[in-house]
Amino acid sequence: MWIYEKKLQYPVKVTTCNPMLAKFLIEQYGGADGELSAALRYLNQRYSIPDKVIGLLTDIGTEEFAHLEMIATMIYKLTKDATPEQMKAAGLGDHYANHDNALFYHNAAGAPWTATYIQAKGDPIADLYEDIAAEEKARATYQWIINMSDDPDLNDALRFLREREIVHSLRFREAVEILKEEKDKKRIF
Amino acid sequence: MFTLYKTHRPFVGPFDPCPPIRVKSFSTPPNLYIGFQPNNFPQFTPMEALRAGTLWKPLYDPYYNSRELAKGGNPL
Repeated sequence: MWIYEKKLQYPVKVTTCNPMLAKFLIEQYGGADGELSAALRYLNQRYSIPDKVIGLLTDIGTEEFAHLEMIATMIYKLTKDATPEQMKAAGLGDHYANHDNALFYHNAAGAPWTATYIQAKGDPIADLYEDIAAEEKARATYQWIINMSDDPDLNDALRFLREREIVHSLRFREAVEILKEEKDKKRIF
Repeated sequence: MFTLYKTHRPFVGPFDPCPPIRVKSFSTPPNLYIGFQPNNFPQFTPMEALRAGTLWKPLYDPYYNSRELAKGGNPL
């Protein structure tokens, strides 16, 4: 069960009217390394992972939905008042033809989200290593989007999201250490 | 000196079609070096932490594009 707080994890402010940024941001909405993939991956893997790290996957998976909301808000703000002509000029003509100004789970190139983006191997180490890789890939995606964006307020929120990827990656790495059961154990050589 | 960004110099050929970028950099965030977070890690104040995206000072690693860096970034 979840409790919903009717606010964003971090305020989303967009300064400039630049619908093309929405085209790039949608990579983090419905892309392979996006927030939807992350949330569904962790919240699904947690059933078969050892008890010690279930809570971690629940917490991080839940937070990923908070990030998804932030990304959705960014995309919505950037496109809600865009005319068909502006959508076309921003490279969103094919999106507009199918979805008007609605959001949809696809990546920056328009490929719809697919469950093949995520995996649950059942092997705890394999799953946690996939999760670490996913966090690093999401971190890199945020870097590439920041590199293309000149919107100071948007970049501020994107920096926050990138920092969360760094923290999540460390927590997954710690989960691996917990499962290795070497922490604080006396090692005799 | 310890840094969270590393650089490498890719090969530049005599017939490269585009002007070469001689030094390329990539991010090596703090999570790579911490392993298991020790007790009593330095903390931000709660208000700073909400802005930074982390409570833990050693985990803070903001990313700026080159245009932002030219303006000095926006340090916390």
